[in-house]
Amino acid sequence: MTCSRRQFLKDTATTTLAAALPVSTMVFLTPGELKAAVEDKKTRWTFLVDTNKCVGCGMCVKACKLENEIPYDSPVTRTWVERYVITKDGEAHIDSPLGGRDGFIDDKIRDEVIDPKDITKAFFVPKLCNQCENAPCVQVCPVGATYQTEDGVVLIDRDWCIGCGYCIMACPYGVRFFHPVTKTADKCNFCYHRTSKGLEPACVQACAFDARKIGNLKDPDDPVAKTIATKRVAVLKDEYGTKPHVFYLGLDENVR
Amino acid sequence: MKNHVLRPLWLAVGLVILVMIARHFMVPDDFGVHGDSFTYNYYRLSNVDEWKEFPVKYQGRERCAKCHEENSQSISDSRHKKIQCESCHGPAAGHPREVKKLVIDSSREQCLRCHALLEYPNSRRGMMKGIDPDTHKSKFECKKCHDPHNPNLEDR
Repeated sequence: MTCSRRQFLKDTATTTLAAALPVSTMVFLTPGELKAAVEDKKTRWTFLVDTNKCVGCGMCVKACKLENEIPYDSPVTRTWVERYVITKDGEAHIDSPLGGRDGFIDDKIRDEVIDPKDITKAFFVPKLCNQCENAPCVQVCPVGATYQTEDGVVLIDRDWCIGCGYCIMACPYGVRFFHPVTKTADKCNFCYHRTSKGLEPACVQACAFDARKIGNLKDPDDPVAKTIATKRVAVLKDEYGTKPHVFYLGLDENVR
Repeated sequence: MKNHVLRPLWLAVGLVILVMIARHFMVPDDFGVHGDSFTYNYYRLSNVDEWKEFPVKYQGRERCAKCHEENSQSISDSRHKKIQCESCHGPAAGHPREVKKLVIDSSREQCLRCHALLEYPNSRRGMMKGIDPDTHKSKFECKKCHDPHNPNLEDR
């Protein structure tokens, strides 16, 4: 085989270029970046609600609204408490006036008087954002305004949100709403500004009955992580495959 | 290729380039994938810090106790020890510097949140000491007889 000098140089240059092209599409990581990508994350915020302990005082809802600047008299709230009264005929009477903001003072449910003798069981269920591992609300955002942080909390970028409302429709738990002042989607974020400073969320702090607790699922010594690991806990709407991270103790079949 | 084919082609290419230039200036530098997943971690990174800087309103009983030692002690010794100061006194952000005095909620409704009797079997609420708000001294504030910092009437 003969090869001219010109041909040899030409071929060398082409081969080098062709070999360099796929390499240039790769991303080179610094050792720090590599470590971060491989290593497990340190924090996964999770929530534990004990429905046996809740008495429906609604202090959590009040604290949440004031802490997170949610218009107080507007019918939107980041967390709410539902009342379930089950009667002998098997019927569930459910209400949540103003999200339970002012507590449950009246024994009437939606103007219906229920005879205490007919009640077989009654309980209160606090609800909030589940900070799902597979969050449907994040999947549908067309602009990347809602996302999951590395500690598992789903946040909303108020500067980036265009207020289309897809996420509000996508959430199977109905925790998202349209904020009347910022004109963006809004929801519970486990009081991210408090947890990142080592404080409890406002609702957890306000609960005088220890019905609400927050914990770190990645910390084996965390009391909430221990309870979730060892006690019988349930989540809401497990069948949706969203992997919610608000766990309930004593959840009743009537709760939807 | 003929001119009538090329002209709209260049127009389309030009438009794409224009949009890409506009995008370059309008999308912040820190917008992108920050994490394992394009689906869940595609966002503006500085927003995380913006949320962390959101002002805290509720300070917690430990901070109240720094100045109001006596009142904080009295409620700690009572059956109301689990209730946070700010649940009735209101969030203490800016107190005492900007907000000189906090407004105390001593309404009947505040006490009734727990103490309106609801006869619920197998519920903590049913076990709470409760009253019928319509028949029990309906004209007066509860604190007229019951001290919220020491609600046990026998101690008075």
